[in-house]
Amino acid sequence: MINTITILGGHGKNGTAEPVQRIDLRMGDVISVVGPTGSGKTTLINDIELFANANTQTGRRILINGAPAPAEYHDDPARNPIALITQHTTFLSDLPVGEFLHTHARIRISDATQRQVPVGRTLDFANQLTGEPIALDSHMTELSGGQTRALLIADATIICNTPIVLLDEVENAGIHRTRALELLRQYRKIFIFVTHDPRIALLSDYRIVMQGGTITQVLHTDMAEQKVAGIVSKLDDTLSLLRDKIRRGERLTMAELETFA
Amino acid sequence: MKLAICAGPATTGKTSVLRHAIRKLLESGQRIAFLKIDVQYAEEDEQFAREFGIPTRKVYSGELCPDHCNVMVLGDALRWARTNESDVLLVETAGLCLRCSPYADGGLGIIVLEATSGMNLPLKVGPMLSLADVAVVTKIDRVSQAEREVFRARIQDVAPSVRIREVNALYGIGIGPLVDHIRAIPDVPEHMRLRGNPPVGTCTICVGKKEIGWQSHFGVVRALDNQVFYRGE
Ligand SMILES: Nc1nc2c(ncn2[C@@H]2O[C@H](COP(=O)(O)OP(=O)(O)OP(=O)(O)O)[C@@H](O)[C@H]2O)c(=O)[nH]1
Ligand SMILES: Nc1ncnc2c1ncn2[C@@H]1O[C@H](COP(=O)(O)OP(=O)(O)O)[C@@H](O)[C@H]1O
Ligand SMILES: [Mg+2]
Ligand SMILES: [Mg+2]
Ligand SMILES: [Zn+2]
Ligand SMILES: [Zn+2]
Repeated sequence: MINTITILGGHGKNGTAEPVQRIDLRMGDVISVVGPTGSGKTTLINDIELFANANTQTGRRILINGAPAPAEYHDDPARNPIALITQHTTFLSDLPVGEFLHTHARIRISDATQRQVPVGRTLDFANQLTGEPIALDSHMTELSGGQTRALLIADATIICNTPIVLLDEVENAGIHRTRALELLRQYRKIFIFVTHDPRIALLSDYRIVMQGGTITQVLHTDMAEQKVAGIVSKLDDTLSLLRDKIRRGERLTMAELETFA
Repeated sequence: MKLAICAGPATTGKTSVLRHAIRKLLESGQRIAFLKIDVQYAEEDEQFAREFGIPTRKVYSGELCPDHCNVMVLGDALRWARTNESDVLLVETAGLCLRCSPYADGGLGIIVLEATSGMNLPLKVGPMLSLADVAVVTKIDRVSQAEREVFRARIQDVAPSVRIREVNALYGIGIGPLVDHIRAIPDVPEHMRLRGNPPVGTCTICVGKKEIGWQSHFGVVRALDNQVFYRGE
């Protein structure tokens, strides 16, 4: 059972000590990682996924329930408690989707009788996130950026089904983001979103702020921000409505913006 | 003295992996000698001599299969490394042949594969993978976690007992366990033997006869519509 992940600070790109030296993430926490491009957000979640032990370029250490990660986390994907959805928007593997998912289920799910159902459910989940349906016989390398990210999110949630999920900039994925958040929030896990999106940031319990390769602050979503969150969501929904209309070749009118006028 | 032989297709990251391994081994006080075997061009020996000041050598296998060349020169190489008072001889060899494997019993066999290669690559590299002790998977920074894990499964399908170590060889992330493997191997025995069987190599093409068509050859031959058969004088 995983209760906490601890991030112990390392050093920044210029060698200076990380301003925040310790963060404890608890089961059920939803966390955002924010900061400019190049500030080290991806590197931070890679450290978590690798269970860094002062052996990456940041010098950070990651503890699970207060202790270094056991070796079997690295050696056996069926025991790895982390699913990482990377920023990759293309697959390099030349397999059909079905074979890929079956192979992944085989290595992630140790009970052989439990492997059949998740593949179908993963595909259904992915197809709720992308407008262009994915088929089991599609080739992985042919998938669009949106399809790739949708499949990665679905695979992480259903086939990996780990207590810790790390997501790198889902908002840039060309997927139904609101639907993704709804589906993901049905699960009780530690979620860490790398994001530039105010909606995702405000929906988190707190956010980790990064600069120059280091964690500089931890900001908890306070009462004032929680009030903002509702309006931000509405704004966001409105924008995606406008986006859909543009996609369908329709015209925009003031009517859609009435609540904000 | 210990021996580790590192093979793998071109540009998978053999040198990058060995560079980080050498650095860690030197830090722990081990003395390293390095031999590079390639077909016609290599400069790893000069790089490592410059970077680490360790004794290095290279051989070009030319017309020989690099794995056969390795068998031929390894005895001399072990003696050379011993006269340099090395604790570990590391050999990097070009894995081109795909029918042979360069590993010797009594030494550690390491194959370096890249996560960015196709999912069928593990099925294609033959004994270079199935006879290895450790498969190092590089370039994990270039693929999604899901693909990395599926690549691992494809290796396990071909080589269930090989130990898989995933690394980012640019930064040396994940290199520790490989270095532990190298430290843990026993010293090489007095007489070493090639692990696994060399491929059939008993036709007249092997010895340089170049005519086209099986009718011009002797030994183990085959026709398009026939299985392999023996054709004596
Ligand atoms: N992104 C990334 N690049 C890598 C990694 N490992 C190696 N490379 C790059 O891949 C290229 C080839 O690496 P080498 O270490 O020279 O490969 P090699 O297997 O020794 O190549 P040959 O001896 O020429 O066959 C270099 O540009 C490396 O920087 C890795 O883990 N990640
Ligand atoms: N603490 C650190 N020390 C050294 N290099 C770092 C550190 N953090 C990040 N980097 C490097 O900075 C670059 C950008 O980091 P990245 O994590 O990709 O940023 P982001 O995801 O925020 O855009 C990468 O090349 C990474 O290796
Ligand atoms: Mg990033
Ligand atoms: Mg090389
Ligand atoms: Zn050969
Ligand atoms: Zn022959």
